[in-house]
Amino acid sequence: MVGSIAAIGAGLAVLGAGLGIGRVGGSAMDAIARQPEASGKIQTAMIIAAALIEGVALFGVVVGLLGLNPAA
Amino acid sequence: MELVTPDLGLLFWTGLVFLCLLFLLVKFAWKPILGAVNAREENIANALELAEKTKEEMKALQAQNENLLKEARAERDSMIKDAKEVASKMIEDAKGTAKVEAEKQMTAAREAIQSEKAGAIAELKTQMAAFSIEIAEKIVRQELSSDDKQKALADKLVEDINMN
Amino acid sequence: MAIKSAMNRMLAVITAILMSTSLFGGESHEGETEHKFNVNEMIMHHIQDAHEWHLWGGHDGTSIYLPIILMDGGIKTFSSTHFYHGTPMVAVEEGTGKEHEFIAGVGPAEGYAMYHETIYKMDHGTLHFEKGHPHNAAPIDFSITKNVVSMFMTFFILILVMFSVAKFYKKNGAVAPKGIAKFIEPLIVFVRDDIAKANIDHHKYKKYVPFLLTIFFFILVSNLTGLIPLVQANVTGNITVTLFLAVCVLLVTVFSGNKNYWGHIFATPGVPKALLVIMVPIEIVGVLTKPFALMIRLFANITAGHIIILALISIIFLNQSAAWGALSVPMALFISVLEILVAFLQAYLFAMLSALFIGAAVEEAHH
Repeated sequence: MVGSIAAIGAGLAVLGAGLGIGRVGGSAMDAIARQPEASGKIQTAMIIAAALIEGVALFGVVVGLLGLNPAA
Repeated sequence: MELVTPDLGLLFWTGLVFLCLLFLLVKFAWKPILGAVNAREENIANALELAEKTKEEMKALQAQNENLLKEARAERDSMIKDAKEVASKMIEDAKGTAKVEAEKQMTAAREAIQSEKAGAIAELKTQMAAFSIEIAEKIVRQELSSDDKQKALADKLVEDINMN
Repeated sequence: MAIKSAMNRMLAVITAILMSTSLFGGESHEGETEHKFNVNEMIMHHIQDAHEWHLWGGHDGTSIYLPIILMDGGIKTFSSTHFYHGTPMVAVEEGTGKEHEFIAGVGPAEGYAMYHETIYKMDHGTLHFEKGHPHNAAPIDFSITKNVVSMFMTFFILILVMFSVAKFYKKNGAVAPKGIAKFIEPLIVFVRDDIAKANIDHHKYKKYVPFLLTIFFFILVSNLTGLIPLVQANVTGNITVTLFLAVCVLLVTVFSGNKNYWGHIFATPGVPKALLVIMVPIEIVGVLTKPFALMIRLFANITAGHIIILALISIIFLNQSAAWGALSVPMALFISVLEILVAFLQAYLFAMLSALFIGAAVEEAHH
């Protein structure tokens, strides 16, 4: 039961991160479409931003894993 | 919880492996590799620069050649011009000299002709005088051959003087 | 990365649905299987470090037993076979009455017990559990575990490859690369130009290139060896390894921090004195959270990849039918290929974010 609740929590964390990364990706696409010549810089910035958001999601996943762990 | 609990033994081995790796790679791999890559990039950059420079030099050389050519052409033109001038001058001079000579000769000829003419006229005059005197002598002899005639003449001469 | 995360999530959902249903097959076998297949336990076992190198087969299958080194009032060394072929025991937790299986060592391992790959000292011939954990004293475990062996492999692969590349350049001078150098050089140039030069001030980046290269290749090779069947050690998916790497980055960042960097932390320009009381602790926490996020990111990404592959393979065993392999094997293959991409991506991200942090630490004040 604890595992399931932790998994729901992880799912929620991932939901937020998914929305965040989606926005980052979408905005980056927009920006690249507007300024294709700056695509390199935009990509780097996008990856950094996405990585930072993903970090938060992974915290959630780790908490979920802890809940799944039979030893915990 | 074991999943996120660091393990001292593994930490030790990780540290050992990573630091050894860092040391060995920095000393024996990254240094020569990066050195070679940098050297090559520098070489390429230098070669490109050299090519650019050579191109510039070529351009400069070409411009110089062009200039030289232009100068040569100008020189040739001027030389031709000079030669033409000299030639025309020589012709001119020759013409002038010829004219003067011709004139001189003409003058000389004219003078000769004049003097010949004068000589001839003088001779003619002398001859004419001699002829006239001869004729006059003959006439006078004839006139004075008789007394009548001498008298008639004297009269006539007196008449002429009177009339004057 | 966004695609990968989305894929992972989708597949996790599919897997969960498939695993939770016993609609397809399995029912006829239920009577035969005494010991119910526990997916959780299997996966957790596989992604954690182990004292043996399990190759194939079950308990009596083929394993390479790795040496155990214990620091317990002197160094004790023996093979892990004395645990894996030791005496299985069961301890009952006081109070809750929960049963825990563990293995008591035999021979030179006498007096020690192994529970979930952790070695404890036995007290009165057993382990005492409290809240699901043994309460016994534990010797310091310096064993050459599966992860350590895998790291040795990474070490030798890197030394072999990089030394041969270095030899190539030493022999041929600064020429166009050939052979293995041709493959490695673009990666090195990529790390130098797109990771180091792009994020660190161009006067100072050269000093950090070797460190970033080592981090990048160590993570990359570890990630990739973790995907090779039969090797499959979860090195970069181990929190201890990522912790060490993150601490390295933290130390490099802190020690290369210049006046401007520390000035921004302890006396942020343009902030009133009274606010500094709040700002300084936040800034200090910020210094620590950056490498902490690096640690968690690498650990969670690689572990998640391993979990998904294992979960997909588990479908076969969960349903007790080889026919499920037609579904699970292609999916596992797909995820494995995706994990190759992730292996490169995470190595790149770790190195790039490290460079970013170092770059922030050595940045000169702009006016």
